[in-house]
Amino acid sequence: MSKEKKKISRRKFIVRGGLGTMGVLAIGTYIFRNSIRRGIAGAMNTGEIPYNGDTSSPIIWFEVSSDNQIVLHSPKVEMGQGTFTGLAQMAADELEVSMEQMKVVHANSISGNLDGFATGGSTSISTLWVPLRELAATMREMIKNQAASKMGVAAADLQLNNGICSSNGETMTYAEVVQGVSEWTIPDTPVLKNLKDYKYIGKPVARVDLKDKVFGAPIFGMDATMPEMLYGSVVRPSAIGAKFLDADISKAEKMPGVVKVVKEKDFVGVVANSQTEAENAKNMINVQWQVERSWQTADIEAMIAVGEGEPFVIQKEGKAKSILEDSKEIISAEYKSPIGAHAQLEPNGALAYVEEDKATIIMSTQVVKITRDEIAERIGLNKDQVNIVPTFLGGGFGRRLHTPNGMQAAVLSKAVGKPVKCFFTRKEEFQNDTFRPPTHHLLKATLTPEGLIEALEHNVSSGDVAFGSPMVPRIAEPLLGADLGAWRGGMIQYEGIPNYRTISWRKKLPFATSWWRSLGLLANTFAVESFIDELAVKAKKNPVTFRIDQIQDNDRGFRLKEVIKAAAEKSGYTDEVVNGRAMGFAASTDVNTPCAQVAEVSIENNEIKVHKVTCAMDPGLVINPDQVKAQCEGAIIMGISASMFEKMEVEDGELTPTIYGPYQMATIRNAPKEIDLVLLQNSDHPGAVGEPPLGPIGAAVANAVFRLTGKRLRSMPLSLV
Amino acid sequence: MKISFLINGTKKMVEVAENTPLLWVIRDMLDLKGTKFGCGKAACGACTLHIDGNAIRSCSYPIQFAEGKEITTIEGLGNEANPHPVQQAWIEEIVPQCGYCQPGFMMATAALLAKNPNPTDEDIDATITNVCRCATYFRMRKAIHRAAELAQINPENIEENV
Repeated sequence: MSKEKKKISRRKFIVRGGLGTMGVLAIGTYIFRNSIRRGIAGAMNTGEIPYNGDTSSPIIWFEVSSDNQIVLHSPKVEMGQGTFTGLAQMAADELEVSMEQMKVVHANSISGNLDGFATGGSTSISTLWVPLRELAATMREMIKNQAASKMGVAAADLQLNNGICSSNGETMTYAEVVQGVSEWTIPDTPVLKNLKDYKYIGKPVARVDLKDKVFGAPIFGMDATMPEMLYGSVVRPSAIGAKFLDADISKAEKMPGVVKVVKEKDFVGVVANSQTEAENAKNMINVQWQVERSWQTADIEAMIAVGEGEPFVIQKEGKAKSILEDSKEIISAEYKSPIGAHAQLEPNGALAYVEEDKATIIMSTQVVKITRDEIAERIGLNKDQVNIVPTFLGGGFGRRLHTPNGMQAAVLSKAVGKPVKCFFTRKEEFQNDTFRPPTHHLLKATLTPEGLIEALEHNVSSGDVAFGSPMVPRIAEPLLGADLGAWRGGMIQYEGIPNYRTISWRKKLPFATSWWRSLGLLANTFAVESFIDELAVKAKKNPVTFRIDQIQDNDRGFRLKEVIKAAAEKSGYTDEVVNGRAMGFAASTDVNTPCAQVAEVSIENNEIKVHKVTCAMDPGLVINPDQVKAQCEGAIIMGISASMFEKMEVEDGELTPTIYGPYQMATIRNAPKEIDLVLLQNSDHPGAVGEPPLGPIGAAVANAVFRLTGKRLRSMPLSLV
Repeated sequence: MKISFLINGTKKMVEVAENTPLLWVIRDMLDLKGTKFGCGKAACGACTLHIDGNAIRSCSYPIQFAEGKEITTIEGLGNEANPHPVQQAWIEEIVPQCGYCQPGFMMATAALLAKNPNPTDEDIDATITNVCRCATYFRMRKAIHRAAELAQINPENIEENV
């Protein structure tokens, strides 16, 4: 079968936006009759949302420094995913400069180079793949034309290499070319180079931020400073659903180092001369909260059960419903996943300086535009008077897809007329997170006499993910019907099964649930791929061939089969227990990137030990194989952490635990000592990388534990006791 | 109270409340931002630095105990011209992703290697208990072993570049 091709039409620079250019649907048959619903659903599942920012001129994207470096102002933020490095590779290759000459910085919001949406969803490289290279190629042509005019030669006679224009032995650096030029003519978009002519794209070049991160440079939001900066702290509730009513600030006002206690209609905070003084004074504020109810974990589990609330069918093929109603030999199982915390290491925070007619906010955020608009509205400035200066993020993982803390820092700054830096404590992080929602899954199936799946049904009940987010307008909710974040990864990818359907049950929980790296993929894949394994065992089939035999013969199916085969071959997958170790197999498709994993597991002192993970993934064209590998390694271990250790509880109205340790996470001792990666590239367009490899790991480990012990673990975090 | 100590080879005196955590003195008064705040309860290790050669979680170390001590932070461990073997290994293995927790890990690793120049996997598991949410642990383990090799090739480099 041929490789999947994407059409790339040439055009002049245009502002891309809107939802008009949707690509193919990734999985199954959508039953959405409404075309908008179908379009958005398809886009969310394939990552086909076009880049939503200004790509009309290279001027706001690139800058040439006097020492002949190219500065790329990125509207996408760097949170560890390696986007800055991939973007630099793409730009360097079209600009004819070396990687050493590329510097990448975050675009300030007032520069106009503003992403209308967010950094997230594993879409930064894929959506900028065409526009950024076109911008870089256009910039190159602009420099070439200008050099021709300055050097008095024809543009066609110029060679460009490593940031130098040369002709017949005469040379001029890009810096010399751009010096003194104030007006530029933007030419038609040049033809992009052939893939084989790229020097950096496809190569494992080192991260552009590597040295800053190894030598401790002050690059994070929390490291920001300004002259005369003060320290702020905002009171945040411990109780779920607490509404701010009023606060007694009289004691706090008398605390040492306090500049001002600021009481607003919806929150109260303190500004002091130091971080410690601000925290100490905050603890003396007596807040009256209105709390409706003291929630417990059992309440949440009861709410989240399949059957509670309204069902919404999101995938349907054949007659799964009637077959499963009529059959007497139904195989059925329930799975669960807990509330998950983001637990990113850098707490949320911001440094804000609000002056009379402008405001500057330096902070870690994945949503620059939403944050800017929120701040402008609250402090009464125009949007173009508010400058968000994004910094490197000390972890994103979806936690910074809503950052109203920027607005709170701005309010405190406005109240004292000085710059104010304001951060969450760790307890506040754990109790005011936008959690990964808990889920409950009910799966049912029947098998044919030949041992294939006749009918399969997946019911998933989840707290909200996309719904309620400032990125998803309220109007989209009735339009979509089901929360597209919650069902991510929940659809059946084995389209060779004649009858299947997926049903989403929406639950609005009393605490905030939202985007967590890979959204529903982690829990949904755990449930579906564990159940597929149960069916393979029941059918007495090898779990690899059982999967391959039920994948449809189309481009999507081809790519999925290839990763499954590659993972099985590379790992030497076997059902047998060898030297006390067993293997578990699982596969998923996320935003069009298929991924298969094999976990090799033993039990030591009643603990599950993951020794080795083999991962085969096809993210399409790979820009930087080393960083794709880094994302796979990190996602696999983060997935081990989330599926084997992590769990938030609700006790007497509060979310708990509130600190690392009691919130158990994987550390170096839990990381597999071997991770074997196979990267396939069966598409000529780069696809999603950062989230898809989180899918299979939970089921792969649980399926291995079953082969080792005969015990089927159907609840995360996986535990033998 | 007034406290004097040596930090990255330079003598400093600060006047500050005695219970102020060392972390905030270093970050906010001395403007060395490489040492990070993660939890404030010595649970994550993002604030790890060296006091008299021992790995210490500075968020929970009151400044009064720093009197007369020798402190080293990531800025004093090495620099681009003269990286510590741990930093060199971190570069070779391209360990960092978001990077926020990495100084704490490198400081914990440097302290481990100074006491145990050739740690086993079990030694690493028992000693390196910091938290990395990007979960860069796979490359970290490789980098720790690589740093041990580098330090043995050039044993003088294991001394901190202060």
